[in-house]
Amino acid sequence: MSKKILAVDDSKTMRDMVSFTLKGAGYDVLVADDGVNALSALVGEEVDLIITDVNMPNMNGIELVQKLRGDPRFRATPILILTTESDDSLKQQGRAAGATGWIVKPFVPEKLLKVVGKVCA
Amino acid sequence: MADEQAANSDVPQGFDPKMIGMAQNGAEDQEVESGKTVQFVSFTVDDSEYGIDIMAVREIQGWVEVTKLPNTPKHVRGVLNLRGIIVPIFDLRCRFGNGLTEATELHVMIIVAVNDRIMGLLVDAVSDILTVNTEEILPVPEIESRDDQRFLTGLITVQERMVALLEIEKLFDIDDLVTQVTNAAE
Amino acid sequence: MLPAEHDDPFAQFKATFFEECSELLADMEQYLADMESGAFENETLHAIFRAVHSIKAGAGAFSFSRLVEFSHKFEYLLDELREGKLEVSPELVETLFRGFDVLSDLIGFAQNGEIAEDTYGQDALERIEGYLAGNGAEVGVSEPTPEAVSASNGNDNSTPSDKNETSGTHFRIEFTPREAMYRHANEPLLIIRELKELGRTETVVDTSRLPSLQAMEPEDAYLSWVFDLWTEYKREDVDEVFEFVIDDCDLTIVTLDQSNEVVSVDVSPGAPKSEDDGFGFFVDDEAMKEGAVSAAIAEAVKNTVESSVENTGAQPTASAAASKSPVSVTAKAPVKTDAAVPVKAPASGGLKAASIRVEVDRVDRLVNMVGELVITQSMLAQEVENGEGGATDRVASGMDELSMHIRELQENVMSIRMQPVKSVFSRMPRIVRDVSKKLNKKVKLVTVGEDTEVDKTVIEELADPLTHMIRNSLDHGLETPEERAEAGKAEEGIIRLSAEHRGGRIVIEIIDDGRGINREKVLSLAKEKGVVAEDAQLTENEIDNLIFAPGFSTAEEVTDLSGRGVGMDVVRRNIQSLGGRVSVQSFPGRGTRFQLTLPLTLAVLDGMIVGVADQKFVIPINSIIETVRPPKKDVERMVDGSSVIRIRGEYISVLPVSRIFGLDGGEQDPSQGLVILAETEGGRVVGLLVDELAGQQQVVIKSLETNYRAVEGVASATILGDGSVCLILDIDGLTAMQVPEEKEAAPLTISDAQNGNHSANVAAE
Repeated sequence: MSKKILAVDDSKTMRDMVSFTLKGAGYDVLVADDGVNALSALVGEEVDLIITDVNMPNMNGIELVQKLRGDPRFRATPILILTTESDDSLKQQGRAAGATGWIVKPFVPEKLLKVVGKVCA
Repeated sequence: MADEQAANSDVPQGFDPKMIGMAQNGAEDQEVESGKTVQFVSFTVDDSEYGIDIMAVREIQGWVEVTKLPNTPKHVRGVLNLRGIIVPIFDLRCRFGNGLTEATELHVMIIVAVNDRIMGLLVDAVSDILTVNTEEILPVPEIESRDDQRFLTGLITVQERMVALLEIEKLFDIDDLVTQVTNAAE
Repeated sequence: MLPAEHDDPFAQFKATFFEECSELLADMEQYLADMESGAFENETLHAIFRAVHSIKAGAGAFSFSRLVEFSHKFEYLLDELREGKLEVSPELVETLFRGFDVLSDLIGFAQNGEIAEDTYGQDALERIEGYLAGNGAEVGVSEPTPEAVSASNGNDNSTPSDKNETSGTHFRIEFTPREAMYRHANEPLLIIRELKELGRTETVVDTSRLPSLQAMEPEDAYLSWVFDLWTEYKREDVDEVFEFVIDDCDLTIVTLDQSNEVVSVDVSPGAPKSEDDGFGFFVDDEAMKEGAVSAAIAEAVKNTVESSVENTGAQPTASAAASKSPVSVTAKAPVKTDAAVPVKAPASGGLKAASIRVEVDRVDRLVNMVGELVITQSMLAQEVENGEGGATDRVASGMDELSMHIRELQENVMSIRMQPVKSVFSRMPRIVRDVSKKLNKKVKLVTVGEDTEVDKTVIEELADPLTHMIRNSLDHGLETPEERAEAGKAEEGIIRLSAEHRGGRIVIEIIDDGRGINREKVLSLAKEKGVVAEDAQLTENEIDNLIFAPGFSTAEEVTDLSGRGVGMDVVRRNIQSLGGRVSVQSFPGRGTRFQLTLPLTLAVLDGMIVGVADQKFVIPINSIIETVRPPKKDVERMVDGSSVIRIRGEYISVLPVSRIFGLDGGEQDPSQGLVILAETEGGRVVGLLVDELAGQQQVVIKSLETNYRAVEGVASATILGDGSVCLILDIDGLTAMQVPEEKEAAPLTISDAQNGNHSANVAAE
């Protein structure tokens, strides 16, 4: 059974690219455009990995990570945050919230797949 | 006329000649030399026989009444509903300066595509599909010897008949394609 | 797969990106306008930031370097702004506007594949940097593009970067995860698996620390491993396997030679990597020190969020590969993310309703198909009506139902293409601002009804006409503050831009409280340019609408700020080509009102079918005022042979359609035929003389120009139920063909029109 990944980003371009890359590698992909919709998408769903952008309306990535970590279903689910920053504070927030790691945008497909492979084989 | 009608009966109405791959009348007699060959759909208007590039021909249809367009040149007979698309129909006899065709259901409209436009040519009858070696095409003579000269791109002889090859684009004037600015309100 | 160097796997998403950019830009414009008028909230600042952030992300993915660079700086400024480190001042807003312009242009360049000059956007950049410098922040060089990163980091290769000369290296790896690793959902098993992919391994697991089942904490770490790895890969590749969990574990990697002697030792390759791999895994310092237990995880997380930023110290912090100057961030107040604020609707509107994106092409095809359905249904209906043997009641009522369903389907399909006019309206505040500044006028723009929806294709065409009409108001209508004061008006003029649905059309109005149209000037200019005859008598309203006459554009209008040729006649033609109408009303001293109406749907219209001679034509119902059969006494003949009819005290010109179109046999006597009173664009009422009414139906508009060309007096065509083509009349066109004195320059006379001659073709026949 293929692994399922939830990709959360308010930019359609990003969602499309991430989805395309992951699907091409055989993953099932769910998408959402902000934290709120991400949580909705996860109702009744099990995912093997969550990749989320940080800057989103309605609920940003950091808060999403917190909410996810607070949910027993996702306490042990790898979560990667997407940032365009080499901004430490953002990474600090992410890590403090419990994220597994981060990927800097822009990325090449190979990189995304490599990191995904590392946390959810 | 009867001959032409007989020939016409080989070409059923409303079909696409290219799709049927119609047997070429007398093609076996023609020796196709090495070199480029092109195919033409040949048709008649009055006593003259013409050919147009088969690649431009979309389909052939029997004449039906078309909706007239007001204040347009005489050779523009009107527009036709071709499966939902509005297609203008040009009367070739009139275009060649020989007056309006008295069209009956035996007359034929050749639907052609020219530069993204679909248009129709009203002719008397379609005769044939000719396969012609480009080397056999004679140039149009310098002296103006026929009324329709300016529309031609070449001449060939087929079984002792002279077929005038039409340059489709030359058939349509600039004012067939673009609205004339004839008054300030345009 | 080797890293992409020449082929761009994401090229297919460029279109999506640019589409997204245009939406983001439209939103930004609105936000900036809100900021300028002071009607903004914190969320607005966040939203603007996010917009630029998204643009930057996409730009980076496609390596639009100029755009990346600029948006990086711009984003930084916006970040400072949303963090509250910069105050919103008029100068700042001005800077934002400039930045927006440059951003917009750079996107345009990227989209067209052009390169901007080096100095492009320089002043905007300087202004931005000015703010940043003033705050003591340094903005590092923008993120490297993906290519750059992968080029600088050999570890990304899935093939061994550099094979050893010998047959392989023997590493001994001791790996003891700490429980912090689990807190970050890192899975030792996966790491181990990855390690094993590097070569041949022998593994020894140490379970000595494993307690009994009862005592075991599920999320604590008790195991450790020792791996012997023989691999062709290099040390860096081994490091990379553990990169993510470096600080969540105890890790020792030694290189052994043939005789298992230690060749080199590296304890915990946690030396910070100076290169940024573009990814990283989180480490928890505190866990290392305190060995926090799983039960306290939630607590710790909560505490960490609320405490200040930790010292990042020994972390393999990422700094841009291309530059060593880190982004220095000034110390912040307690980390407060938006998490602290309850979910709040963005300033620009409510929460977005669920939506999907569909290519415009598909929608268009759907619209066409439904259009064909309408025609087919018409045909069927006709058959049923004409049918011999009489249609049964059930068939007839079935047809009625079908007709209703199809109409509903059509309305729904059309509505897919509908979009609120907001996207166009949002550009206007900017224009008002810029132009009013240039002209030293004080103007306020009020918009109403931005959520009114209209067909997408119409929206795109609206921008230019609206812009020109607003500019017209600004240029000519509104006075300077001094003039206004003298006239007893408030110094600040108002332009009211509104949109609403009215009677199946969308009505957009631009009303200003300026001085109105200078009728004398307009009239004399019109006479000068030959637009009207010297002795022509025109009503006030007709004079007002002269500004739409072709050839009328005044010199001032022609010099557009952006250098483009402008004229109200162009505006009118644009609107007309959409099936709309535009008119103007002037109230001297008090103001001007432009009104433009557009059909809601472009592809279909409600038409009245009329018979003229032996042909049928369609008249758009929206243009029809009423239909009359005038008594003989109300019909008067003019000197030139044309007729007028008198209705309720007014004289209406009669346009004999059959004569104008050169059709034989049509009714020439208005009192014997039917006169359909219709309205032209200019608001003029004319009477179309036809023979009879032949029904009313919704018709699908088909273009004549696609395969032929435009025909005077004919707007477009449709296909009736019987399959025949029916022409749709162009009322303005007909009017122009009939009334020669309103177009002095016309070489055609009425008799020409009647004989069906085109000047260019007379010779050909």
